[in-house]
Amino acid sequence: MIMNNLNIMIVGVGGQGTLLASRILGTVGIKKSYDVKVSEVHGMSQRGGSVVTYVKMGEKVYSPLIEKGEADIIMAFEQLEALRWIDYLKDNGNLITNEQKINPMPVITGKAEYPKGIIEKLKENYKGTVSLDALNIAKQCGNTKAVNLVLIGVLAKRTDIEKEVWLEAIKETVPAKFLDVNIKAFEAGYEVS
Amino acid sequence: MKKLMLGNEAVARGAYEAGVTVATAYPGTPSTEITENIAKYDEIYSEWSPNEKVALEVAVGSSIAGARAICSMKHVGLNVAADPLFTASYTGVNGGLVIMVADDPGMHSSQNEQDSRFYARSSKVPMLEPADSQECKDYVKEAFEISETYDCPVIVRLSTRIAHSQSLVQTGEKVEYKLKDYCKNFGKYVMMPAMAKLRHIEVEKRMAALREYSNNSYLNKIEWGNKDIGIITSGISYQYAREAFKDASFLKIGMVYPLPEKLISDFAAEVKELYVVEELEPFIENQIRKMGIKVIGKDLLPVIGELSAAIIKEKMLNTKTEINRKIDLNVPVRPPVMCPGCPHRGMYYVLKKLKLTVSGDIGCYTLGALPPTESMDTCICMGASISAAHGMEKARGREFGKKTVAVIGDSTFIHSGITGLIDIVYNKGCSTVIILDNSITGMTGHQHNPTTGYTIKGEPTRQVDLVKLANAVGIDRVRVADPFDIKEFEKVVREETQVDEPSVIISQRPCALLKYVKYEGALTIKSDKCKKCKLCMSVGCPAIVDLGDRIEINEDLCVGCRLCTKVCNFGAIGKDGDDNE
Ligand SMILES: Cc1ncc(C[n+]2csc(CCOP(=O)(O)OP(=O)(O)O)c2C)c(N)n1
Repeated sequence: MIMNNLNIMIVGVGGQGTLLASRILGTVGIKKSYDVKVSEVHGMSQRGGSVVTYVKMGEKVYSPLIEKGEADIIMAFEQLEALRWIDYLKDNGNLITNEQKINPMPVITGKAEYPKGIIEKLKENYKGTVSLDALNIAKQCGNTKAVNLVLIGVLAKRTDIEKEVWLEAIKETVPAKFLDVNIKAFEAGYEVS
Repeated sequence: MKKLMLGNEAVARGAYEAGVTVATAYPGTPSTEITENIAKYDEIYSEWSPNEKVALEVAVGSSIAGARAICSMKHVGLNVAADPLFTASYTGVNGGLVIMVADDPGMHSSQNEQDSRFYARSSKVPMLEPADSQECKDYVKEAFEISETYDCPVIVRLSTRIAHSQSLVQTGEKVEYKLKDYCKNFGKYVMMPAMAKLRHIEVEKRMAALREYSNNSYLNKIEWGNKDIGIITSGISYQYAREAFKDASFLKIGMVYPLPEKLISDFAAEVKELYVVEELEPFIENQIRKMGIKVIGKDLLPVIGELSAAIIKEKMLNTKTEINRKIDLNVPVRPPVMCPGCPHRGMYYVLKKLKLTVSGDIGCYTLGALPPTESMDTCICMGASISAAHGMEKARGREFGKKTVAVIGDSTFIHSGITGLIDIVYNKGCSTVIILDNSITGMTGHQHNPTTGYTIKGEPTRQVDLVKLANAVGIDRVRVADPFDIKEFEKVVREETQVDEPSVIISQRPCALLKYVKYEGALTIKSDKCKKCKLCMSVGCPAIVDLGDRIEINEDLCVGCRLCTKVCNFGAIGKDGDDNE
């Protein structure tokens, strides 16, 4: 039983498939009989913009939003997005970040520079940081689209929620024909230390 | 068992349980998923209407004919539907009529931040505001009861964080709703002065009755806590306030118009200090002040943007949580961009090259105003591109007109562009209008529209023929061009902007995200042929990356649309293995 709410943020670039990840997390919350709120933004920002989803679960959840310094876990699909949202992490929170880089338009057009050494800086300053090449791990599992399941695997290991609950939630959420790849990806993420 | 549902999905469920049989809408973030979800119920006739005015009129007709009808739109949609709204308030209903309107505080996907609650007051229509998905479902059902009991349309207002948050919903049974009898009643449904004068009296009587209802309804409720501080709040603001003021007393308002004045007075009398917490305008606050009650509200809270628990804590409780930024790296912004493979990109490449003034409109193509394309000069509201281009020409003369075009998406053209085009013909304008026919309503996430040939339920239907339509209103020069054939497209635009008569160019190529659109997959840049001239960067595709010492194509993003190959003078871009270039 978690005494306080479990606050998770999923951040990435519009089109990266963050919505499936939030559906799985939401299902896990229901399975644990928690109150759950998931807040996502549809529309404009899904066209390659910076996107964030808030997932909150616990005894009773009021605001669907997570405020700065309140996230237990931030799960980032992209490095720069990890950096953009890092102020939302609790002091002893976990940051799980994919090492993928996607250049935003100002970088593409040469108006700005993609910051160097993001992962190193994050690790230096936030003890609970885990970084991984989730895209490559997903590829090895058989489908690059399974990046979200790799990251969820890493996340699952860092909560008090039993592994079986996660597996059940995945089975209920993922389409049957992709289930094997996704379970493989989850397991691979679960092993990441 | 409880289900996790989006606020919009819960509205759809509420409509189903209430026995709704007609649902109409024009898409618009954050309201779109309401009707997408309703359309999944076989028992409910659903439609994407051409615009919100039509959508509401269809729903009004269904209500008069005896059905329960629901009509959904985003906040600015209610401006378009305002005309039928104000008079439907007079006619009242037969079967229940509920209007869903979704506001967008913070403007996540909108051109303004208007507060729809004022529409309820000025049209004299009651308005409810749920605070989570369960209430979305319950309030929609209650709204139908109110509509039929008090003989009026009822507006249910959502905001982005309600519409697009998922929370737990206990579903219920569908009520068996029988069509009400249809009886001709011109005193009630023919709004000419003589009848409307009598109906206005009925409207005022009903509002008085609704004020009583508001005082006694479960929609407005007090949650007692510590009585030093009392909070009056509604909708999403309730959730934020609950988190900010942990043990205060709350009056949670579910019916924001008309307000429960007696309940408010009673609540105010019991607490030491009274706060009103609401997003955007001081709508509730000003009405309470008018009652002679002292409150603290917008003197502390902003009228701009969304609220949050943190903002409330900072502004009302003076407790700011300091977060010290530990990493001093610059974080470049990541604005939305046109997708790789987007047909609009080819068109903007040409417009930018020709340095035209572009009277713009709303849709995915609005992104063409941002770098690197930066070729849209105006964007006001749906349809304005065409009429504003006409106004520009009338203001500055024909020579200016020759360097000006209007660009408008297919869905937007049908929504409200056609009337502007008729104006140009009628009033002897010479503007060139480019209709971006990408075979879908793109921005809001792929809805069908009258130009796509399919209904909301995916059934084939008669398609509007844009060429014939333009011809029929008096445009003789209508050209169809492929925006990825940039040479030809440029030629067409040059010719049409020069002629001294109005013209329409239909830029035709389907959205790259449509399932049936299959490009060949990622291209690469051949380093032996590439001269690093960066001309390919000028198309502004997010898949082409300048690495300093070389240009590279991101294979995860590139779809292989080949637009960039057409600007490369050295044949350096292609598919691995195709050597005939
Ligand atoms: C009155 C009004 N209704 C709805 C919207 C939401 N909206 C913005 S653009 C758009 C449609 C865009 O479709 P289309 O014109 O086909 O262009 P595309 O996005 O496909 O390029 C909609 C529904 C709005 N801004 N204003």
